[in-house]
Amino acid sequence: MSKPVKAVGLLSGGLDSTIAAAMLMRQGIEIQGLTFYTGFCVVEHNRRSKTRKRKKPVRNEALQAGAKLDLPVEMIDISGPDYLKVLTDPKYGYGKTVNPCIDCRIFMFRRARQYMDEIGAQFMFTGEVLGQRPMSQRRQPMNVIDRDAELDGLLLRPLSAKRLPPTVPEQEGWVDREKLGDIQGRSRQKQMELAEEYGIEDYPSPAGGCCYLTDENFGRRILDFFDHEGKENLTMDDVMLLKIGRHFRVKPDVKVVMGREEGENKFLERYTPGRWRLETKDVTGPTTLVEGHPTDDDLRQIAGMTVRYAGSKADPGTPVTCRYADAERILEPSPVEESVLETWRI
Amino acid sequence: MIQPVLTLDTFGLLCPVPIMKTASAIREIAVGEVLEVLADDPQILEDMPAWCASNGHALLDTIEEDEEYKLYVRKVK
Repeated sequence: MSKPVKAVGLLSGGLDSTIAAAMLMRQGIEIQGLTFYTGFCVVEHNRRSKTRKRKKPVRNEALQAGAKLDLPVEMIDISGPDYLKVLTDPKYGYGKTVNPCIDCRIFMFRRARQYMDEIGAQFMFTGEVLGQRPMSQRRQPMNVIDRDAELDGLLLRPLSAKRLPPTVPEQEGWVDREKLGDIQGRSRQKQMELAEEYGIEDYPSPAGGCCYLTDENFGRRILDFFDHEGKENLTMDDVMLLKIGRHFRVKPDVKVVMGREEGENKFLERYTPGRWRLETKDVTGPTTLVEGHPTDDDLRQIAGMTVRYAGSKADPGTPVTCRYADAERILEPSPVEESVLETWRI
Repeated sequence: MIQPVLTLDTFGLLCPVPIMKTASAIREIAVGEVLEVLADDPQILEDMPAWCASNGHALLDTIEEDEEYKLYVRKVK
């Protein structure tokens, strides 16, 4: 008996990639799932930072899909300086916001190709659908991505395969092209029919906007960072903070990040070292971190902002504890006017 | 009584990092041996069973005490 053909599937756990995997499993392909941790996934971030008293837990969908289909899933951490260069210096530019989707795809596919070779798989596949996303899932960008990621025809997109030129796995007869999909566009109708046919239930809703890099607010914050601190100085810690809370640029060299709820406050506490941390004394309020070099006047204003967001139990003169390393002081700030706050908001 | 041959401390780390570290640690033990994972991120209660199910390992037990967790994973293959 010949050894089964092995493929690496880039698995987000969404409906498309789950169906693509199921489609190939029905052709007898042995599948190794692969998912990347980039640090920019909205769902992952919400899992980490929001209050934990939720009714329904937020799941890691790639792992859940692996468990559902009974296929192994490898998670690879690609967050780091090399991936950040994709964000700061994309060869193919940004989409609507600060989203370097084409360069990101190239980066991921190169890494997937490397993993494919490491585990001795013959080809790789994704759940991409032709014409589903505006930047990276059109025919011309797909060709650019395949060329720059040096995939040599080894990437199969099973859901749209019949609308694309045959790939090596099809030409070699590892997979039957006739049994692959001809899906195109944004509708999910065909995918839902296939899910029913394959017995796939309980799949997540469409994950549009699942990446922070396509989020307008995040885009504005990251451009503010590039302008004031220089894109070459961006680290993953900065990225983590850019994703959370309210942000204010009080002065060119002073920025404030303020938690909006208990989960965010706890998340921010992890980033205290090297920053001022402000909290209302005696009443519940936000955790406020200050980046840069605030003067005494700046701190007083930021303490006022902290009271402003502390809710109805905080009077204007509510004391605020300000800590930096071992130093601690208590301020009783004046309120900050709403119109001033708005000029600082990022 | 479960007798782990290796303990992985993931205190302070948030998922999926503890899962990625578990995947690395499991490579260091032999089939049939048990890995103990210490964690304080409650998301691990969702992720570890799914990771074990997809990768074919057995989650033998999960002990929860004061928002800290001990999970025991037997390497099956």
